[in-house]
Amino acid sequence: MVNRRQFIGNVLRTACGVGLMGLGLGMYSRQASSLPAMAIRPPGALPEAEFLGACIRCGMCVRDCPYDILKLGQLGSDDVVPGTPYFTARSGPCEMCEDIPCIPACPTNALDHALTDINQARMGLAVVVDQESCIAFLGLRCEVCFNICPIRGEAITLDYQHNTRSGKHALFIPVVHSDACTGCGLCEKACILDEAAIKVFPMHLAKGELGGHYRLGWEEKEKAGGALVTPDATHQYNLPEGVRYDLQGKGLILDGSGSAELPISSNPLDSLNNNPLDSLNRGREGQ
Amino acid sequence: MAIKPRPGKEAVTTKGWLRANKWLILRRMSQFGILGLFLLGPLAGIWIVKGNLAYSMTLDVLPLSDPHILLQAVLAGVEPHKEALIGVSIVIVFYMLIGGRVFCSWVCPVNLVTDLSCCVRRMLGIRSSTQLSRSARYWLLGVTLILPLITGAIVWEMFNPVSMAFRGLVFGLGMAWVILLGIFLFDIFVAKEGWCGRLCPVGAFYSLLGWKSLVRVVAEDREKCDDCMDCFEVCPEEQVIRPALKGAAQGIGPVILSSNCTNCGRCIDVCPEDVFHFGSRFSNQRLNIETIESSRKQDSLSDAA
Repeated sequence: MVNRRQFIGNVLRTACGVGLMGLGLGMYSRQASSLPAMAIRPPGALPEAEFLGACIRCGMCVRDCPYDILKLGQLGSDDVVPGTPYFTARSGPCEMCEDIPCIPACPTNALDHALTDINQARMGLAVVVDQESCIAFLGLRCEVCFNICPIRGEAITLDYQHNTRSGKHALFIPVVHSDACTGCGLCEKACILDEAAIKVFPMHLAKGELGGHYRLGWEEKEKAGGALVTPDATHQYNLPEGVRYDLQGKGLILDGSGSAELPISSNPLDSLNNNPLDSLNRGREGQ
Repeated sequence: MAIKPRPGKEAVTTKGWLRANKWLILRRMSQFGILGLFLLGPLAGIWIVKGNLAYSMTLDVLPLSDPHILLQAVLAGVEPHKEALIGVSIVIVFYMLIGGRVFCSWVCPVNLVTDLSCCVRRMLGIRSSTQLSRSARYWLLGVTLILPLITGAIVWEMFNPVSMAFRGLVFGLGMAWVILLGIFLFDIFVAKEGWCGRLCPVGAFYSLLGWKSLVRVVAEDREKCDDCMDCFEVCPEEQVIRPALKGAAQGIGPVILSSNCTNCGRCIDVCPEDVFHFGSRFSNQRLNIETIESSRKQDSLSDAA
C-alpha cells in the first residue's frame, strides 16, 4: 500500500509530467498551425484561427468534393495542420460548384453553412506576383487568366497601357479586383508560364490595409459637397507689367496695346532658332 | 526459472484453437471490418461510409461522431450541426451500454500496434517496465480538454495517434507512421501497455463514458480458477481482474466492474477452465445468493478443517 507521502509524490510527479507535456503540445501547436501560403482552405472556411478550433478533421468535405481537389494535411509531408482540408491552386483549383457540396458536408461549421453563393466565397486572393515574367507585361497577347476567370470581367479586368518598347502597341495588363475574386485559383492553374505569374494567396498575405486614420480628400469633398479647406490662393507669376499667364488656358496674355515691346518673343520657336546666348546677353546690351 | 508456456496454450489444448481464440478473432474482424468499410469508398468506389472516426456518414443517413473530438471542438467554441449532435448521441449511448473501452479493443487501430508490441515483448521476454501511473491518462485527458479552452484550437487532434492512424489509413498516412512506430517501440522497451494502459487520453475518455456500462466480463465460475495466471498475462488492464476473480472471500462479486476493462474478451479465450463469460453489470445480483452460499460453504469448510 502507498502511504500519504508516496501518494502525494506520485500525484505531483504525474501532474508535473503531464503539465509539461501539455505545455509542449500547446507551444508546438501554435508554431505548427501556420498555414503554408500555397495551401488554400475550401470555400466558406472560417478565418484560420477559428477554423483550427472548429475543424474536427473528418474529411467529409474531401469526400463530397466532386472534383476531388481537396486533401487532408498529413503529418510531416505538407506542413498543413494534420487532418485539415486544403487544395493547391496550381494542381487542382476550386471549380466553384454552384451548390458548394463541401459546405453542407461539414458537421461543425468549420466551413460556414451561411455561405450559399459561391461567388461570395473568399478562399484567397489572386495576385499577379511576377510582372517581370507575365507575358502581358512583355507586350505579348495572352489574357488566359482573364478568360478562364469564372467571374469574368469582374475579378480580373484588362488594363490597356501604352507599350513604351514598341511605341505603338498596347499592353493588356491583367488586374485582379478583391471585391470580386473568390480565390478559386483557376487563373493560377491556367497560367501558361512554367511557374505561374498569377498566384492565389491567403487573404492576409495578399491584401494590404490602409491605416484607419487616412481620409481621402476627394472622397471627403464629395461627401461634404464641397471643399473642406480654404481654396488655394491663385498663383502669382512673376511677369513683366502688362503680361499675365493663364495656366491650362490661353497661356501668355498681353494687356494693353499690341505695340508694347515684349521682353521675350511671343513665338516659342524663337528660343530654339536663336542662339540662347543671345537672349541671355540681350539684357546686358545697354550696359 | 522454468520458461512459462505462452499464455493461452493450455486453453488451446483443452478447448481447441477456435474456442481459445474466439474473441480475439471476432475483435480483429471488427477492427479490420470497420477499417475496410471506410476504405471501400476510396479504394473500390463503393461508398458505404464516408469520413473517418472523428465523424462519419453511413449510407447518407447515419451520422456518427467521436464524443472526445467533438467535446474538444465545443470547448474551442464550436456549435456543432444537427448531424454531428445526432451522431455523437448515438455513439455515446452505444458505448455507455456496451462498455466505453470497447472502442479501444474493438475499433481503435492503435490497438493493433500495441497488441503487437505486447506480443513482441512477451517473445523477447522483456520484463522491465518504467513505472508510469495508470492514472496519467486522466491527467492527459484533462490537458486535451484544457488546451482548446486556452488556445481556441483543437490542439490534441494535431498529435492524437488514434485519430491520426485511422485517418492516415483512409486518407493518406504522411509521416504519421513514425508516431505509430514510436508507440510500438515505447510499449516494447519503455513501458508495458504504456500507451493504451497509461497514457492514451482517448481511452481515458471512453473509460469514463463506460463508467456504468451494461456489458461486462464476469468471472462466473471463479471457484474453478486454478491460478494459471494466463488471464493476468494477456489482460491489458490486469488490475481489473483481481477483485472479481479473487474477491470471493471479501464478498466482492464476480463482475469486472472497472471501466478500464476493454471488454476484449481475451481472458475468456485463454482461460482453460472457462471461468469468464460475457454478462451484464447486474450479474452480481443474479449470482449474489450463490456467491454468499459458496463463501459460506468455504467458511464452513475452513471451520471444519
